This record gives sequence, structure tokens and C-alpha cells, in this order.
Amino acid sequence: MTIAAHSVVQASPRTKVFAGAFVILYAVITILPLLWIVATAFKSQSDAIAYPPKVIFQPTLEGFVNLFTVRTRQTPDFIAKLPPPETWYDKLVRERDMVIAGPSKVVPRFTNSLIIGFGSTFLAVFLGTLAAYAFSRFRIPLADDLLFFILSTRMMPPVAVAIPIYLMYRHLNLTDTRLGMILLYTAVNVSLAVWLLKGFIDEIPREYEEAALVDGYTRLQALRKVVLPQAVTGIAATAIFCLIFSWNEYAFAVLLTSGEAQTMPPFIPFIIGEGGQDWPAVAAATTLFVIPIVLFTILLRKHLLRGITFGAMRK
Amino acid sequence: MTTITQPDDAAISRIPSQTDSRSVLRTRGLSDRTIAWLFVAPTIALLLAINIFPLIWMIRLSFTSLNLSMSYLPLRVVGLDNLSDILTDEDVWLRLQTTARFVISSVTLQVIVGFGLALLINRQFRGHSFWTTIILLPMMLSPAVVGNFWTLLFQPQIGPFNYMISLFTGVPPSSFSMTGEVGLAPWTIVLVDTWMWAPYVMLICLAGLRSIPDYIYEAAEVDRASAWRQFWSITLPMTVPFLMLAVLFRAIENFKMFDMVNLLTSGGPGSTTELVSITLKRAAFEKWRTGYSSALAIILFVTVFGAANIYVKLLNRVKQR
Repeated sequence: MTIAAHSVVQASPRTKVFAGAFVILYAVITILPLLWIVATAFKSQSDAIAYPPKVIFQPTLEGFVNLFTVRTRQTPDFIAKLPPPETWYDKLVRERDMVIAGPSKVVPRFTNSLIIGFGSTFLAVFLGTLAAYAFSRFRIPLADDLLFFILSTRMMPPVAVAIPIYLMYRHLNLTDTRLGMILLYTAVNVSLAVWLLKGFIDEIPREYEEAALVDGYTRLQALRKVVLPQAVTGIAATAIFCLIFSWNEYAFAVLLTSGEAQTMPPFIPFIIGEGGQDWPAVAAATTLFVIPIVLFTILLRKHLLRGITFGAMRK
Repeated sequence: MTTITQPDDAAISRIPSQTDSRSVLRTRGLSDRTIAWLFVAPTIALLLAINIFPLIWMIRLSFTSLNLSMSYLPLRVVGLDNLSDILTDEDVWLRLQTTARFVISSVTLQVIVGFGLALLINRQFRGHSFWTTIILLPMMLSPAVVGNFWTLLFQPQIGPFNYMISLFTGVPPSSFSMTGEVGLAPWTIVLVDTWMWAPYVMLICLAGLRSIPDYIYEAAEVDRASAWRQFWSITLPMTVPFLMLAVLFRAIENFKMFDMVNLLTSGGPGSTTELVSITLKRAAFEKWRTGYSSALAIILFVTVFGAANIYVKLLNRVKQR
């Protein structure tokens, strides 16, 4: 058979078509659940829980309005007596016999996610860059053991780690504070940052720095003016990985925060409407929450392999 | 790296006036050794404070009877009682079995799907990189958010999953519940985990496949080896180290799985999907049996630490390729 003789190196056109069709089919099936959630975000409450499930529906922003507001149900008479609605969302809510009572907690939760995410990313990348540079350029005693220790801390079961952290934070008054979460996420992320950045810095030829040293730069100047500019892409990729981790993290957040410092992942499942989960609002929150991740994944495409293997593989 | 720097050193030492330039460099600014320690110390200090100190504290607690919901009770030192309680508790063994079944079936499925996809994508059909990115999306999402939205998809009446199944098989959609039935729930968490993580295995396998030099296949072609033969004697053996890496990492991650399953089934129905992390969370944060749960946490730590050790060794070996 001539087709069988085709190796992986030069796949025959027929193999390519078959492979392509199969992969595309898998990709479409894989993306369907996500598309369903995005669609649900634009459904009305009744469309979201319709049977059979609705594929074609009248899009509405109700889910998003519900996500951002707290509403109370009123009698039609009461609503009729109110002054005319000022905004489109007031109008939308009143059509459902409700009145907006105030903003929901989603904005503070989103803010927490941002502050904790960026705070821990900045710290982890800062500490990670220094440590990675040292591991890459200097001879450090027991370097391999230290690197293993650093990585092993990331692999620990979060629920197990949370038990002593919970006790420690109670003593230090760090429970349910942003600072406490930033420190915790920094500790988890710094291990990834060290490993990833060591890989990136290893790739920068040493001669550049050595030339700078001969020119009279100090080590620190050489680091700042020669190494860091070369490592910018690596640092950015590392930062995005750290940010994604903090953004997505759930176990620590649900066990160690309850209000003040709560982030989005433990908040989203508990967006409740009348009678159970308010699915359009949950879907709207999920959509807003996931969009940055999708963008980052596309941005990071070339570095994904590196990120998931702690910098060991680079294609 | 070292081979590149050596000519440099040689060049410097050849110039008489600069023979001691390296010691001059060292005196300007901080010494290399000082910098090395200054740079590594903060990271180590942070990890000691956030990971190691609490860990040691937890080891101490595991020998006590501490219960946070009854902290008025005097703290008793119970020695190894917690440990023996856990090891003789049939429930804990059942949860460990549930966890083992989950780890084995999900990792197996992910290897089959992931490796299969990698083989297909490696055919480099047109547009493969776009579709690869789409396939990779699930693994970047928050497991908690994923677990939460799959509960909507799995709703017996309103969820599209049951509806699709009924379209293809004719089974009425409300006649079964993926998250509510003892027979189905363990497979449901495997399914969602595979949806999320098969791309991970795929990405690593793809790197393995791309590391095989073309000339090996060309040589096999010259020897008229069949495609089947080429797969068994070239492709598979050369991808195995990568596959092992993916398997070990997924096994570690799934062994400590908490977030996705907690939101999808929260261990139910009954305790059919109660993984050991969920048991631990209940003991520590619902029953507040801190002494007992510290001991259980240490058992999990030791297991993961051992697996992580092997993982890093493998990682370094693959890196050298």
C-alpha cells in the first residue's frame, strides 16, 4: 500500500484531511460548553431554564444587569407610581416587576481579584527574577536541592496547606485580608516564576553581560541594563502565568476568605436569584471572568508548553 | 554555555594589563557571592514563612487533639493516635480508593485522547495551529468556574448535555442525572476532568513528537518499515518519556483535586465522588478536627512530595534531550 508508506514526516493529503477533520470536530465539541455559557449570559431567566434547551433566543442584557445589581420585587401598582425609569437597566428591571435596590457585590469581588492577582504577580515576578538570575549565573551550593524545594512547594495539596495557614493567619490577623491572600499567592507563584525565568535567563548568552562587566558596569548595572531588557518577553510570559493562577485560584480563596478579600471564583457559584442559582447572571459573570483568560491564552500560545512544564520544555 | 564563555576568559587573560580584571570586577559593586545570596534569600525566606513554618506547626498539631470548634477543651497530646485513627478508618480508605479510581481513569482517558490528538495535529494540516489553540482553552480556565458551569450543562431537564445524549440515543433527557446518580457521578467528574486536561497531555506529547528527528523516519522508510511498525518502534518509544511526564503531573494534580469536583458534585451523591481532598476539607473546615486533619494532610503531603521528587528527576532528564 502506498499510503501506508507515507511517514509522519510527509503525511499524504488524504491523511491530512482525515486528521484535520477529526481535530476540528474535537475542537468544536470542546468549545461548545463555553459557547453555551456565553449564550446563557445573554438569555432571559425563562429562556435559560427552558425545556428543550433553547439555541435560538431573543438576546437580552438581563443577566448582566442582575449580576451588577440587587433588586427587590414590587407590585405593578407600586412600579406604576414611580417616576419614569432613568436608565435602560432601570427600565429592563421594571419590566420584570422589580426595582433596583443597589449595586451587588460583584464589583468589590472583581476588584479583589484584580488587586490580589496583580499584587501577587508583581511580587512573585520580582522575587522570581532575582532568584532565577542568581540560579542561572552564579554557583550556588545545593542549587538543585533548592530548586527542587522551591518547585515542590507548588505541588502541595492546597487544602492541606490551608490548614496551618488558616491557624497562622488567625494569629496574625491576616484571615480574609487582601494582604494575606497576596502573600499566599506570591508564595505559590514564586516557585513557577523562578523555574520559568531561570529557563528564559539561561537562554540569554553570558557574553553580553561579561562585555558589560569589562566595560566597567557592576553586576547590578549589567543585570538592569543588559539582562533585563533581553528577558522582557520571558518576564511578561511568566507574569501572565502567575496572573492566571491567582485569577483562577479557588481552594485557598474559599477556605481563607469570606467577604472582605473574597475573589471571583468562590463568589460566582453563589450568585443567587429567586429560587436557586440565577443562571443568566452566573453565566454573565463567568463570561466576563473568562474573557481575559482567553485573550491571555492566545497571547501566550508560544510559551504555553514552557509554562506547564515549569520551563523545562520549550518546543 | 561554558564553552562559549571560555574563549572570553582566555582573551582577557592574554592581555597583560587586564590579567587581574576579574578581581577588579568583583570589587566594583557587590561581590557575586553576596549578590547570589541577596537574590535567593527573599524567595527562600518567603517559602519558609508561608510553607515550611506552617508545615512544621502542622506536624506538631497532628500529635494533638486540637478541635477548633471546641477550643475551650484543654489541648491534649495524643501522640500517634490521629495517625492510627486515620489508617484504621474504613471511610478514609474508601475515599482513598475513590481518589485512586478517579486518578487512574481520568489520567488514562487523558492519555488516550491527548496522545491521539497530538498524533493527528502532528500531521500539520492547514489551520492546525488555530484549532490547537481552541482545544487548549479549557485547561487555562478556573477549575472552580468550570465545575460550576458544567452543573448547568448537566441539569437533567434544562441542560444541553442530557438533551444531546437523548438526541443521539433516544433516552429521555430527564431520565438520568449525570451529577446525581451513584452510577454516573464518578464518570462525570472523569469526563469533565478529561475535557479540561486532555489538551495538557496533547501539548506535551506534541513536543515529544516534534523532538523526533525526521531522519529516523527517513531511514525507516528506506528500510520499508510499515507505518504501523514505524509507530511502534519509533514514535511510541521516543514519546514515552514525555508521556510519563504528563502522566505523573496529571496524577499529582488529580490526587489533590478539590476545586472542580467540589463545585460539580461536592462529593455526592452520598460520597461516591468524595475525593480525599474533600474529606480533608470537611474534617478541617467543617468538623474543625484540626489535629486529626493535620495528620491526614501530612499523609497527603508525603505522597505528593514523593511523586514530585520523581517528577522533577524526569523533568530534568527530558530537558536534556
